[in-house]
Amino acid sequence: MTRYVMIADLNRCVGCQTCTAACKHTNDTAPGVMWRKVIDVEWGEYPDVERLFMPVGCQHCADPPCMHVCPSTATGQREDGIVTIDYDLCIGCSYCVVACPYQARYKVDKPHFAYGDTPMESEEIRFDEKRIGVAQKCTFCSDRIDAGVEKGLTPGIDPDATPGCVNACIADALSFGDIEDENSNVSELLAENSWFQMHEELGTETGFYYLYDQEPPEETESE
Amino acid sequence: MNRFYTVLQTCWDWRAAANFMFGGTGSALMLMIAIASYPETPPLLLGLTALAFIGLGLFMVWLEIGRPWRFIHTYFHPQTSWMTREASAAILLFPIAFVGIVFKIPAMITLAGLLGLLFLYCQARILLASKGIPAWREPTILPLIISTGLVEGTALLLLSLLILDSIQGWALYLLLALLAVRIQSWNKYRKQLTAGKASKQTLSVLSSIHTSTIWLGNVLPLILVAISLMVPSLTVMLVCIASILAVLSGWYMKFTIITRAAQYQGYSLGKLKRGRPTIKPPVRRKPDRFVF
Repeated sequence: MTRYVMIADLNRCVGCQTCTAACKHTNDTAPGVMWRKVIDVEWGEYPDVERLFMPVGCQHCADPPCMHVCPSTATGQREDGIVTIDYDLCIGCSYCVVACPYQARYKVDKPHFAYGDTPMESEEIRFDEKRIGVAQKCTFCSDRIDAGVEKGLTPGIDPDATPGCVNACIADALSFGDIEDENSNVSELLAENSWFQMHEELGTETGFYYLYDQEPPEETESE
Repeated sequence: MNRFYTVLQTCWDWRAAANFMFGGTGSALMLMIAIASYPETPPLLLGLTALAFIGLGLFMVWLEIGRPWRFIHTYFHPQTSWMTREASAAILLFPIAFVGIVFKIPAMITLAGLLGLLFLYCQARILLASKGIPAWREPTILPLIISTGLVEGTALLLLSLLILDSIQGWALYLLLALLAVRIQSWNKYRKQLTAGKASKQTLSVLSSIHTSTIWLGNVLPLILVAISLMVPSLTVMLVCIASILAVLSGWYMKFTIITRAAQYQGYSLGKLKRGRPTIKPPVRRKPDRFVF
C-alpha cells in the first residue's frame, strides 16, 4: 500500500514563504487563504532566545477528526491517506474547521480577489464557484500526484508528481513521498534524523513530520 | 507545553451559539414537559414553546452554514458525526411531539421528552468532538452543557407553570438540585481547563464571567427558590426572578464559551523521536462503522 506524507526540516527552513506563494499559485486560493504557510516561532528571553520557521497546513491525519465530525461525508480519505473534501457535498457548517487541531481549514463565504471585488484576468479564468461557502484546505496537490502516477512518475522524486510547495522550496526543507516504502526518500529521512509530529497526544497520527535537532521549549505561549 | 498562535475561532459566531442556547433550552423543556405532564399530555402552547425554541436554534445555525440549501446533506453521516445525530434527533422530535400534543397521545410525549434529552446530549457531544478547541474538547463540558440545558428547561417549565397557575413542588426541588449540579460542573470545568493548561485567553475570558455565572446565575436563584419553599406567599415573585436568572445566565455562559473562550489549539513543537516511525494506516482502509 501507499501512504503519502510530507516532511518539513525545521533545521533547513528559512521562512521565505516561497512554498506559500507556490501553493497559492498552484491552487489559486483567495486572499487570506493559505493552504500552506510558514509561521515564525520565537521563544526564550534575551539573550537566551531561539527562533525557527515552521511550515504548517493540513497534516493529512491517519485518523482525521475533521472527517469524523463532518455531517455530510464531504470530508473523506483516500487509500493513500490524503484527506479530501467533496465541494459538491459540503454544506459549509465549519464543524471540520473547529475540529481540526492544526488550523488548516478555511471557508470563503463571498468571492474576493487580490484587488477587491474585480478579479484580475488570471483570477477570472481560474475562479471556482464550487469553493464558495464550503470548507477548503491543502490537498497535497492530489491532482498533480494522480496525473504524475498515471504517467509512471514517482511522487516526491519527479516534480510533475510532487506537490507545488515541495517543488518550490529553495532550502530543500520540504520532502514528500510514500512512508510505507522503506526505501523511499521520506522513510530514509525519518530513519536518519530526529523528528516529531505536531499534537501527537491527540492521536491523529499525522501524515506530516517535522525534522528538528533541538529539544523544544517546555513552557511557551504566544499569539 | 509550548503553544503558538492560539487565536480565537470565528467560524462559529452568535448564530451557532444561538443553537446551543435556544436548542439546549427547548430540548430540555421538552423533557421537563414530558415529566410534568406524565401520564397525561401537556397544554398545546407549552409543547409548541419547546418546539419553537429548538426550531429557533436550528434556524439560527441554518443561517450560518455556507450552503444552506444543501441542509439535507447534514443527515449523511450518522456513523460518527454528532451533528448528524443531533439533526436526526430533531427531525424525529418535531413530528412526534407535534402529533403527541395535538392528538393528546401520552406515549408520544414521553418519546418526545426522551428525544429532547438525546438532542441535548448530542449538542454536548458536538462540542466535545471539536478537537481543535481545547475549551470545547475538555470532557467536563459534557456535564456542563447537559446540566445547564436541564436548568434552563426546568426554569422555563416553572415560569410556564406560574403563568398557568399550576406550579408543582417537585419542579422547585429539581431546579434546586440542578442548580447545585451546574455550579459543580462549572467549577470542575474551569479547574480542568486550568490544569490542562488551556490558553491564557480562554482562562481569562472564563474568569471574567465566573463571578456573575456563579453568584448571579446560580447561587442567587438557588437562594430565591429555597426561600420560596419556606415562604409560600412569595413563591410567584421569587421563582419568577430565579427562573429568569437561571435561564439568562445559562445562555450567557454558553454564548461566551462558543464565541469568546474558543481559542484554537495553536501550533506546537512535539517531543523528539528517532528511528523510522510506526505507521498507522489511514482509518478509511477499514469499513466505516458506528463510533460513540
